[in-house]
Amino acid sequence: MVAISPDVTADWDRAPRARRTTLALAIALAVVSIFSLTVGASGVSLWAVLGDLAAGREIALADRVVLFEIRLPRLAMGALVGASLAVSGAVMQGLFRNPLADPGLVGVSAGAGLGAITAIVLGGLLPAGLAAALGYYAVPVAAFAGGWASTLVLYAISTRRGRTSVATMLLAGIALGALAGALSGVLVYMADDAQLRDLTFWGLGSLAGATWAKLAAAAPLMILALACAPMLARGLNGLALGEAAANHIGIPVQRLKAVAILTVAGATGAAVAVSGGIGFVGIVVPHLLRLATGPDHRFLLVNAALLGAALLILADVIARVVIAPAELPIGIVTATLGGPFFLWILLRKRGVLDL
Amino acid sequence: MLDAQDITVRLGRREILKGIDFRARPGAVTAIVGPNGSGKTTLLRALTGDLSPDGRVWLNGHDIATTRPWVLASVRGVLPQATPLAFPFTAAEVVRLGLMGGVEAAEDAMVPKALARVGLAGFEGRYYQELSGGEQQRVQLARVLAQVWHPTAHGQPRWLFLDEPVSSLDIGHQLQVMQIARDFADAGGGVVAVMHDLNLTAMFADAVTLLAEGRVLGHGAPADVLRDDLLSRAYRCPIRVNTAPARGPYLLPHAAGRIAAE
Repeated sequence: MVAISPDVTADWDRAPRARRTTLALAIALAVVSIFSLTVGASGVSLWAVLGDLAAGREIALADRVVLFEIRLPRLAMGALVGASLAVSGAVMQGLFRNPLADPGLVGVSAGAGLGAITAIVLGGLLPAGLAAALGYYAVPVAAFAGGWASTLVLYAISTRRGRTSVATMLLAGIALGALAGALSGVLVYMADDAQLRDLTFWGLGSLAGATWAKLAAAAPLMILALACAPMLARGLNGLALGEAAANHIGIPVQRLKAVAILTVAGATGAAVAVSGGIGFVGIVVPHLLRLATGPDHRFLLVNAALLGAALLILADVIARVVIAPAELPIGIVTATLGGPFFLWILLRKRGVLDL
Repeated sequence: MLDAQDITVRLGRREILKGIDFRARPGAVTAIVGPNGSGKTTLLRALTGDLSPDGRVWLNGHDIATTRPWVLASVRGVLPQATPLAFPFTAAEVVRLGLMGGVEAAEDAMVPKALARVGLAGFEGRYYQELSGGEQQRVQLARVLAQVWHPTAHGQPRWLFLDEPVSSLDIGHQLQVMQIARDFADAGGGVVAVMHDLNLTAMFADAVTLLAEGRVLGHGAPADVLRDDLLSRAYRCPIRVNTAPARGPYLLPHAAGRIAAE
């Protein structure tokens, strides 16, 4: 019999590597965040402002507005949206036991899209008082409501006698998505040219227009969901064995499913509501991390939040500077840079993926 | 003590199990045998709480239908027939999953210890999906053993539920795995195993339940259940049981013919 080494950090243990990755990603997020504050169309320098602050000098009003009312809320929004999308993706993949799953599968995206389109096209039909009260928030509020409504309908459809069938959920999600798509199509058909333009840009996603007020509405949900996610880690690990085996090792599977679905609906719903349709982050980020440090959700979920936040902030910087003073929709940036990069990873790591 | 009373399981209109009583005691290996489709795996799934059958199942005095999963996990491990895994976990990471159920064995040294117990020392860093079927089955057994490493805890027996634990193993590893079950029972734990191999059953079991068409055809010591008449009736083919002087009953295929249904 081989002698057993009591060494905790044996060479087969991927945990130390995952922890080092967490540290590296946290540093990367900090660097990208500072970088994001220094870059912008207006040419305001973060360092000059900080220097003024340190020296106790008065800061020019314009500089203060650019930094604290435009760049900072936008940075915070980018970090939260990126983290929410990446973590939601990782949770969905664990729940469906499929590396290709994404929050779209539980109907959030389709429902949110329908909500947004409804608000853009039919917003004019609202009573004047309500329209005035909602103002610019009509679209995000409608998107969030649409995302939640479709998730709850889907959950109700696939739950019988207290047990949620993930397979039913997947199939019903496709049906519900098609239905939402058809309704959206009707609205698109009815829309005028200006509305069509709004719709298209909403679908491409953007962090422009992030304000503290918008953030105050969306952030609590995203933060709550992100705080819940680590508690799902052990359960999602167990679920990799299948539902019955997960139950045998002591995981309350039904509760896990309910919390996971609500977490994803909250995080994704809020993220899509404030930023539109930013694809790609939810699938690619968890995938990259699984290739790098393994599928253990105890590390995967935390690292996905950090990497998702850093990537989206970086993509937003690029979106702001490439055609300054105009802006690219951020969804174009994530897809243009992320697509080829992901393909390259897949081609290099094909052997591992075939496992 | 494992005590199941009047277990009936229906799938659609078909009754898979028809009012079965089943008991197993700690310190013994209890085998469930029977032909294909007789309800062996269904009975095991009813005993582990995967199905919600009509009837009651009591494990160490817990009604398993109302007991929290983490409480059950601390007293029993379940080895399924085959476990496909969703993501590329390593063997060590799979075994570590068994340590989640709040068992006192949550020590890192347990992972190599459990792998060594099933003859897979040094396999810690190997990808589960790259292992052969037999190796995967033994990694899963190591996971289950890690979960209930000590056959007794707080004066209560722990339990192993094994669904065809040797189905994809070579003869050497079949004997090794059955010996693990035997040792677990000898140390005071309880073992309930669905078995295909009647000779291994005769060698290692203390009690045998013979199922046929969803009913119990016989229950008792191997010598009382593994009899020509009962086995021939259950499996519908002529079976002759012999006795080896040192080891008890063994059997060989007698003839290729089949016995018609009654």
